[in-house]
Amino acid sequence: MSEPYFSSLKCRECGRLYPKKAVHVCEYDFGPLEADYDYERIKSVLTRALIQSREKSMWRYRELLPIDGEPTVGLQVGFTPLVKADRLAKALGVKEIYVKNDTVNYPTLSFKDRVVSVALSRAKELGLKTVACASTGNLANSVAANAAAAGLDSYVLIPADLEQSKVLNSLVYGTKVIGIHGAYDQVNRLCSEIAGKYGWGFVNVNLRPYYAEGSKSMGFEIMEQLGWEIPTHTVVCMASGSLLTKIYKAYHEFIKIGLVPESKFTVHGAQATGCNPISLARKSGTDLIKPQPKPNTIANPWPSALRRTDIMRCGPWSRRVAGRRMRRMRRSLRASSCWPRRRVFLPRQRAV
Amino acid sequence: MSIEVSIPTPLRNLTNNQDTVQVSGNNISEVIEQLDVQYPGIKERLADEQGNLRRFVNIYVNGEDVRFMQDKATAVKDGDEVSIVPAVAGG
Ligand SMILES: [Zn+2]
Repeated sequence: MSEPYFSSLKCRECGRLYPKKAVHVCEYDFGPLEADYDYERIKSVLTRALIQSREKSMWRYRELLPIDGEPTVGLQVGFTPLVKADRLAKALGVKEIYVKNDTVNYPTLSFKDRVVSVALSRAKELGLKTVACASTGNLANSVAANAAAAGLDSYVLIPADLEQSKVLNSLVYGTKVIGIHGAYDQVNRLCSEIAGKYGWGFVNVNLRPYYAEGSKSMGFEIMEQLGWEIPTHTVVCMASGSLLTKIYKAYHEFIKIGLVPESKFTVHGAQATGCNPISLARKSGTDLIKPQPKPNTIANPWPSALRRTDIMRCGPWSRRVAGRRMRRMRRSLRASSCWPRRRVFLPRQRAV
Repeated sequence: MSIEVSIPTPLRNLTNNQDTVQVSGNNISEVIEQLDVQYPGIKERLADEQGNLRRFVNIYVNGEDVRFMQDKATAVKDGDEVSIVPAVAGG
């Protein structure tokens, strides 16, 4: 096999390089490790024509995803519809809006299938046999389903007091669900202890550098589906902040390898008022993000697991959306014939 | 009696692979100084030249994040549990 395009892991704080193992933090400053690529070589092979000749899935951009060989997990994930929502555009008073409908991802109907299929494809390349996550919802489902399909053993760690019904979906796939008594730091420590001691791959801990890159595929698809251009404005639901930063990265990567023309664009983050730690931090001019233990919103976050990220660095601002407005927006979306759980509004002319 | 400090995996090559160590001190800064006396090199991993905690280092005292208390000046006493944890984003 030829040299992979994905060259190493690099610390975002100090730039030190690390081998492409199941590690996620720099030993010197705890900075997060991020996949680094040989963009010159990618530029010489990856063309629009090559991408268009491939299957309609997230893997058509495989040179820009952190695996060495061919993907092995979640081959059908991605390339979800980008729906032009004229009635929504009219209701909001903007010229043109698209909605990226990631609720039709296979197999578990959320964008988590993207990140999990990259994490598990890499886990298999690294020879791991067991994968796991700490999660209360979509992520647990996706890990359980994709691990089952890949023949990997899986575990889902949940807060001990979580209602059983929330994890029923995951149990269907034959995963093992473990209730954990403990605060954020204890759960966090437990995950990295288990990962170190038993060699498990926690998708959002020691496999995170691979996992997180999967989100870029949504950005790649948006550009291709718009006819190889970057939308002027992209509104991304904030969640852990990772999706937003990776869509931003995806846009820059396509510019760098010449797949889209350079243009002015802004990526906006949206958070529900009932759970808006990033928006609050932004408003008070700090990058210290305070977790909200008791969220009050119809959206479905796990705020206690939220920590400092480099969202502030990449320039977008976040805007709060009150519950009533969010319900109204959902109604408008339903009226325009799609009702995504992950909302990506893409107004091309004016900010919403 | 003293303070028990949990050491995360990336720092254990400095603590002879011990996952918990005992130190003394009245606040987080002193705990870090003491750690560095026993395990030279650990301080620069946790704090910058001015002694401020690095961006991605989280320190908890009995489960509470020191950034939401008095940061490096947060008081500690005998019997407290201090844990050093790399930041992990949610899922
Ligand atoms: Zn570093």
